[in-house]
Amino acid sequence: MPKLTIEALEDIRQKARGAPAGGKGRPARAVVNVHLGTCGSAAGARAVMDVLKAELDRRSLSDVLLTSSGCAGLCSQEPMATVEIAGQAPVKYANLTEAKIKAILEKHIVGGTVLAEYALGSGYEKTGGRPALNVRPGPESPAELLPSVPRLDEVPFFKKQVLIALRNRGLIDPASIDDYIARDGYKAAIMALTAMTPAAIIKEIALSGLRGRGGAGFPTGIKWDLVRNAAGGNGGPKYLVCNGDEGDPGAFMDRSILESDPHSVIEGMIVGAKAIGTATGFVYIRNEYPLAVEAVNRAIGQARDYGLLGRDILGTGFDFDLQVKRGAGAFVCGEETALLASIEGRLGEPRPRPPYPAQSGLWGQPTCINNVETWANVPAIITRGAKWFAGIGTETSKGTKVFSLVGKINNTGLVEVPMGITLREIVYDIGGGIPGGKAFKAVQTGGPSGGCIPNGKIDLPIDYESLTEAGSMMGSGGMVVMDEDTCMVDVARYFLSFTQDESCGKCTPCREGTKAMLDILTGITEGKGTPDDLVLLEDLARDIKDTALCGLGKTAPNPVLTTLRYFRGEYEAHILEKRCPAHVCRALNVYTIDPRLCLDKGRGCDVCRRNCASDAISGRKNEAHAIDQAKCIKCGVCADVCNFDAVRVE
Amino acid sequence: MNNAEDRLSEIIARYRSDPVSLIAVLQDIQSEFRYLPPAALRRVSSELAVPLSRVMSLATFYRAFSLKPQGRRGIHVCLGTACHVRGGPLVLEKFERELGIKAGETTADGEFSLNAVRCVGCCGLAPVATIGEDVHGKISQTKVAGLVKKYKG
Repeated sequence: MPKLTIEALEDIRQKARGAPAGGKGRPARAVVNVHLGTCGSAAGARAVMDVLKAELDRRSLSDVLLTSSGCAGLCSQEPMATVEIAGQAPVKYANLTEAKIKAILEKHIVGGTVLAEYALGSGYEKTGGRPALNVRPGPESPAELLPSVPRLDEVPFFKKQVLIALRNRGLIDPASIDDYIARDGYKAAIMALTAMTPAAIIKEIALSGLRGRGGAGFPTGIKWDLVRNAAGGNGGPKYLVCNGDEGDPGAFMDRSILESDPHSVIEGMIVGAKAIGTATGFVYIRNEYPLAVEAVNRAIGQARDYGLLGRDILGTGFDFDLQVKRGAGAFVCGEETALLASIEGRLGEPRPRPPYPAQSGLWGQPTCINNVETWANVPAIITRGAKWFAGIGTETSKGTKVFSLVGKINNTGLVEVPMGITLREIVYDIGGGIPGGKAFKAVQTGGPSGGCIPNGKIDLPIDYESLTEAGSMMGSGGMVVMDEDTCMVDVARYFLSFTQDESCGKCTPCREGTKAMLDILTGITEGKGTPDDLVLLEDLARDIKDTALCGLGKTAPNPVLTTLRYFRGEYEAHILEKRCPAHVCRALNVYTIDPRLCLDKGRGCDVCRRNCASDAISGRKNEAHAIDQAKCIKCGVCADVCNFDAVRVE
Repeated sequence: MNNAEDRLSEIIARYRSDPVSLIAVLQDIQSEFRYLPPAALRRVSSELAVPLSRVMSLATFYRAFSLKPQGRRGIHVCLGTACHVRGGPLVLEKFERELGIKAGETTADGEFSLNAVRCVGCCGLAPVATIGEDVHGKISQTKVAGLVKKYKG
């Protein structure tokens, strides 16, 4: 394919704008867009796609275009699909099944009547404070056209969200570079390459106030400036790296961006390459994300074909190319010096800083390393301006942050919200509260490096500083909600077992210290704790924080420190009363069956006995059942399957 | 063994014997053979001109590599934070009982390997397990037996 000129690229943009997303320029009466991210697929979106394909073929509906996009954001209501009839607002359907999609095809796609009972909303989400950048000219007020369906940007889950990093969510086919171009894609690259000096780019990024979205929050503009001005050994090359080693459990926004909008990261890196002056970049992606590797490799190939990567990009004389490096399953490789070692084909062990990668990174050369979400923000800042971006957020934390809202919460998914929003708004307004009417206990942020923020701090405005002050940290943006049934001692033990497992073993405080802390915590959850343990835990935590080599070790004690700070009573219940208030720590639990409830209400239904993993339950149908404590392995399946609340745990 | 030798040669050639690609070479060998055979590690060492000790240090450091053959289907039970608070560890134990092996082991017939993983990034559907290429969300102890049966058939 011949390389494109800027004019040819603009031509593609104009053409793609007139066509449906993912449509490769084909005109259509209607478009059905199935959201096929990893979550959607796991929830059954592929089956929905297959049914649609078969039905469209069977009915020979050649004027209906079937396409797909990535993650739509609301995991708990996957599978989802969006139907758009030409000239009408798109309608997003959720919780799809094969039967529902067949009905939607019949009534909406063929018959033209929206199936309001299955619809989540119509229209578009908010992107950066102004109405959606419509791919095609569409109705400005979908509600007027579809009174039976709420506007998508009024649906509680979406209402307070502002999409910048996720600006193309659910709107483009990640496999189509033309879809990306249609939505202002590669405009920032053109601006950076033709109309901006490196200093001007860096100034714009600095003015925007963008800070690293990987967790530490270092100002991106300052980092770029450092790399730009770094002398570099022997005048050798500089390097650009995207950190896609999203290892924090509970965080998946980087996966979603790489899978659903890979060009946004590539474009951000082209802008960064011009700013720091380099021709070579790497995208390092976790081994556990095969779809992301595939999507980014495909996108790099497309960008090369169009002349957006490689030599003499768009005829501007600027050279830059990218390659993907796959991780090999080591959490510590999310730490920048370990990641760089891994790219070089070495053991992923961190090394002391300074020197920072900006001075001495890949092969000893100055290296600029930013996280996926940071890169995805860059094109939006360049095209819409630093002032616009800095107008969103708080004094010290500008723009938005993507959080993965998961755990004990009704609406799970990816939420992109302006910095400064309160935890309460995220948990209750967006997340829809806690399932089953249970009480909210805490939110865990920042993964194994972060901490648990209790109910008492629910009105905390979320930004880098306030989270750190509360003892946690922004981290990569995982937000795991915990309810009254979550044991905070168990959560602390969980994180310590994680860091202990993932410790690379290079420095003693992390290797041995986390092991010692884990042993104490395990003892407490097994009812073997003593009051001295808490003092020892705090001492160890302080020593590890002060002396560990890298971020993994230095922050490993945080989950213990915050739970001790906010939930000391739970530790004391385990130690002094040998009791787990949330009934999670199995060694302290005893399962029994209430014979009256079992017989009177359940008529000895026998479901528990049939499901028991260890033949510990005795009784026949129409008899009260009982648990043999000597045989019980405390897996809790009896309590899960009992429909009459007859199984008690104490 | 000839066939295996050819497959190995093809993988090494893919990366033009470049030592910087050592991890990528090992990854391709792992996915081709479902483990890193000792003979393969020795050949990689000599053809990429890196000491065997360095090859071994990578092979044992990174979780993606295994020195024992893995089953035809890998079962990975996620133990990320969201899965942990939603019962992931109980699901893992149920898989252990159902398959008669512990996490980290492979069934005697070579069909399944069972491993715990730290977050597959599908937290919205917790608890999650992957079997082969498929991701299964919102699973519970009671669904495990059915899943294993489905993949056995």
